[in-house]
Formats: sequence, structure tokens, C-alpha cells
Amino acid sequence: MKADPRIPIAVGAALLLAAGVAFGAPHMVGDYFVRILLLIALNSILVLSLSLSNGFTGVFSLGHVGFIGAGAYAAGILSLTVQQKKALLPHLPDLLNWFSLPFLPATLVAGLFAALLAVIVGYPLMRLSGYFVSVATMGFLIIVNVVLINASDFTRGARTFTGVPLATTLPWVIGWLAVTLLVLARLVYSPFGRRMKAVRDDTIAASAVGISVLRARLVAFVIGAFFAGVGGSLYAHYLGSFSPNTFYFAMTMNLIAMLVLGGMGSLSGAIIGVICVSILSELLRSVERGFTIGDITVPALFGASQIVLGFLFILIMIFRPKGIMGDRELTFGLSGRSANQNHKEGKDR
Amino acid sequence: MSQLEYILQQVINAVSLGSLYALVAVGLSIVFGVLKLTNFAHGDVMMVGAFTTVLLIGLGMPFVPAMICGIAASAIAGFLIERIAYRPIRNAPDVTRLLTSLAVTYILENLGILLFTSSPRNFPLPDILNSSWQLSGGAITFTNINVLTVLLTFVSLIGLGWFITRTTIGLGMRAAAEDMQAAQLVGLNVNKVIVVAFIVASAYAGLAGVLWAAQAGVVQPQMGFTPLLKAFVAAIIGGFGSISGALLGGYMLGALEIFIIAFLPDTVVPYRDAIVFALLIAFLLFRPGGLLQPNREIKL
Repeated sequence: MKADPRIPIAVGAALLLAAGVAFGAPHMVGDYFVRILLLIALNSILVLSLSLSNGFTGVFSLGHVGFIGAGAYAAGILSLTVQQKKALLPHLPDLLNWFSLPFLPATLVAGLFAALLAVIVGYPLMRLSGYFVSVATMGFLIIVNVVLINASDFTRGARTFTGVPLATTLPWVIGWLAVTLLVLARLVYSPFGRRMKAVRDDTIAASAVGISVLRARLVAFVIGAFFAGVGGSLYAHYLGSFSPNTFYFAMTMNLIAMLVLGGMGSLSGAIIGVICVSILSELLRSVERGFTIGDITVPALFGASQIVLGFLFILIMIFRPKGIMGDRELTFGLSGRSANQNHKEGKDR
Repeated sequence: MSQLEYILQQVINAVSLGSLYALVAVGLSIVFGVLKLTNFAHGDVMMVGAFTTVLLIGLGMPFVPAMICGIAASAIAGFLIERIAYRPIRNAPDVTRLLTSLAVTYILENLGILLFTSSPRNFPLPDILNSSWQLSGGAITFTNINVLTVLLTFVSLIGLGWFITRTTIGLGMRAAAEDMQAAQLVGLNVNKVIVVAFIVASAYAGLAGVLWAAQAGVVQPQMGFTPLLKAFVAAIIGGFGSISGALLGGYMLGALEIFIIAFLPDTVVPYRDAIVFALLIAFLLFRPGGLLQPNREIKL
């Protein structure tokens, strides 16, 4: 059966709307909201790329941020100007120090670099399951961090990597989000996507009916890593300066919280999770800074917002472990049925 | 300094570091053995013990009672974590439980930052523990805190050995680790066993936390993170869930790290952690049951 076209169409319609927002928003609302919109779209790319292995294939990777970091540094090195490379990275090999790539090619190369890394890492690791794959991918993240800190010829080591042009604008991010969504929707709601979900739901049964478990997992892992690398490049061009610890456990925890809150088996759920966590942490952050109501002054409580998020996370794990959306998709009323129902019908045919 | 003295000094360093890793790994393994839970919050339970000790010393309490209170505080923290966060999801899938333990870590670490800020504080070690021994004219040096670490590790592990082989509840812990359902069928109070396992594991975390902070000289909210990750490696090298495996893995990891620092060229030394975690991945792939359980199958 061909992939259900309704979902990509619905997604496309939503993206047209988003494009309107992307080009219109900077004229209508203040910088603060543009920044939040941009971060929501950027984190959506990262969480969507994470959902492919962690949500749809059942390989709970804790190393995804390693690919984001690799992508960010790769893109940063490529898009520094030649003068900046001489000043900031004097020991860069000759192969890399005579040119400077524009934003789009640098981002593509960053994505491909992350994907290549994922092939190398995933080929052995995708044979593992359960917490073992989580711990092993966590090991990968730590190795990436150690290498970023020590390969100072390429990365300036633990010092801040600066000078990356601030090229990430809202239209760029929304555009990449559209590409990510379309590719992932095509993949997840295709026969191959069903194989991925079969591997997730019952690995032994899936391999018994002839599905190559390693292949399904590896494809999900590599495509996820590609978009993680792309997201890393966007992040690098958004921040301008970053260090190895930007891409470490805090970011991992943040992305996982967004994914789990939204629902691990749903593309629209991933985006809803990003929106909820982003808005919530913005609100909590303004509370955290301290405020005054009448005569009562609440002092600044740094870390309070993370504590609230952590408790929320545990409550979700206990009472709604599938997140807000679970396996369902928002189809914007175009089909009138949930993706899950389509899925079931497809099985009957 | 002769070659022999240099090697001897490194052996002392390895035993001291390995003891710390072994202490943390044993606690992780107890919890994993009984609950099959990778408890990321273990490192933060260490932090609770270390901070309690520092605060009590600051209030004028002598080192030893403060340390005992710190260990008790860790045990209480472990008890509460089990009761509030882990019990409701005990039968949930692996990933749910892993995520819950990550969330607990996140909460405790940020609670630490909220209460104590993230800047490190001095660990007020009594002078007697800081004084050092110099052998063969200063070629071999170690401090009393090194001695205390190794001693306490040995004593506490002998105690643990007695506990799990000679007491009913300890035997129950091993039975539950072997087969939770079968243990329940023959009338074992699983709840009680799990609570005791958590308290024992967290007390170990507390002891490890105090000793780690005493050796490092500082406490800070994120202090549990590095030892936790290293203890994962140690526990998996030895065989995750096995107490003797955790012990073996801890000392082997300590020896490996000291070997890398002492004998490998300077260009390799900064990549120490990368080597250690590559070893972890290699073990997960080729010998997932660790050194002591070679036949365990966890693939697919």
C-alpha cells in the first residue's frame, strides 16, 4: 500500500500557514516573540529527529545530542570566514582553512556528517535493546563531548567557539522544519515506517516475520541523525558562539522532556510537546527571576523552573506515559480520522 | 625516584580510586539487580550525603558523626525517591523507568543549585585526615583520607557480604534479583525487599559521596554526575546487577584510568574518558553480561 497521502497534505497545509507566520511575524510582533517562535521551530526539528529512533523504532537513544553537537561544530568550522579561521583556528588542516561555505551548503554538509557518524556508531549499537542501547548511546555522547573538548585544532577545545555568522532566521528554520516534517511523515507512514513500528512493538515477532531489525533501526537512526546535524547547524548559526557543553546532558534532558510530553509515537505530538515545554519554561523563567505583588517580594529562585518541569515529567510518566498525543496525529480535519485508524484500515486490506 | 617506587605509587592511586568507583557501582548494581532499573539518581543521592556532611561540619559537628548523618540522609533520600517516583512505575516498560530516574536526577540537581548555588564549596576535612604519609623519602605519598577510603570500602563490603548471605532480608534481595515473580510466589514480601535494597544502595551512595567529596576537597550540586557515569562503566564491565562484579569492575576501572594517566603519552591522557566509554560500548556489544556472567544474552 502506498503511504497515506493525507498526512503529508495536511502537514503541507499547516506549513503554508507557518510560512505566512515566518514571513509575517517579524513585522507584526516584537523580537521577543519572534525569538520564541524561532526556538520552537528549531527545537521541533531536533525533537522530530529524535522521535524517529526513540519514538517510532523503540531504540531509546541518549546520544542524539552528540549528533547535534557534531553538526553544529561541523557547520561552524565550514562557515567561518577565511580570516576568522586563521585567527581562531590557526592549526586547522590546510584542507579546511582556505574556503568558507554559505549557510545552506554548510548545513547540508553538517547533516551528512552527522548521518555518516550515525552509520559508523549505529551499525554496532543498533544491535542492542532496552537500557543497554540507552547506556551505550550515552557513552557515545560522552565520547563526542571529550573529543570536542580535546580536538582543539578544530573546535577551540573547551573555550567558546565564536564567530559563526548569525544566519539562522525564522523563514530558514520554518523551511527546514517543513522539509523535516515532510520527509518524516513520508517515512513514518510508509510500509517501511510500519516495519519500524513493528520492531518497536515486538522485536522478536518482527524478526520472525522477516523484518530486518538492524536495518529498520539503522535507517531510523541515520535519518534522525541527519536532521539532528541540520538542526545543530541551525543552532550554531542561531547562537553564533557555543562550547562543547552546550551540547550535553542539559540539552538531552530538555529534548527528551519535550518528546515524552508530546507523545513518543506521533509527529504532531512531538511539535505539541515542544510548544508546551517552551511556553511553560518561558512562563516559569519569568517567575524564577523573582517578582513583587503589592508588598510581597518573591526572591529569585534559580533552578526552580527545572524542578517544576522535572515533577511534571514524573507525573506524566506515572499518569500518562504515552504523552499528550500518544500514537495519534493531528490531521487538521482533512481526513476526519486519526492516523491510527487509517493505519488499522491499511492492515485489513 | 626509581621505577619500582613510581609503579607502587600508581598502584596506591589505583586502589584508592578503584575503591570509590566500587562503592558507587555496588549501589547501582544492588538497585539494578533487584529492580532492573538503571538508576541515574544514584549520583545525586551521593550529593545529598556529601552536602549534609558538609553542612553539619559547618555547624560544628565532628567529622565522623557528620559522616554518619550524611549516610543516613542519603538513605532517607533513597527511601523517598523509591516511594514517590519509582514505586508507581515499577511495572512500566524499561524506557519509562529510565526516564523517570532521569527526571529525578534533574529535580535533585536543580534543587541542589536552588539551595546551595552551583559554585563549589570547600569540604572541611579534619587535619588528621589530610596529613600524608611519605615512604622511601617522599617517593611514595598518600594521605589518611586515602587510607580511610580503602578501609571503609573493605569494611562496608564485608558487611554487605554478611548482610546478603546471612540475613533473611538479604537472602530475599538475592532471591528477588534472581527471579522477582518466583520470589513473590514463595511468599517473599517484595515491597519490603525493594525498600531495603534502595536504602542499602543509597547508604552506599552516601558513603561514596562523602569520601568522593573529601578526596576532591569540594562539594557542588553536580558532583554526583562523573562518578555515576564511571560507576555505570564499572558495573557493566563486572556484570550489571552482580555485587561482586561491581567490585571487580570498580577496581579494574580505577586501575585502567591510573594506567592511562601514568603510563600513556600526554597526548592520549585527555582522551581518558573517551577510552573508558569506548570500553563500555565494547563490553555492551561483545560481552553484555560483563566479566562474571559471560553467557547472558541481551541482544535484540
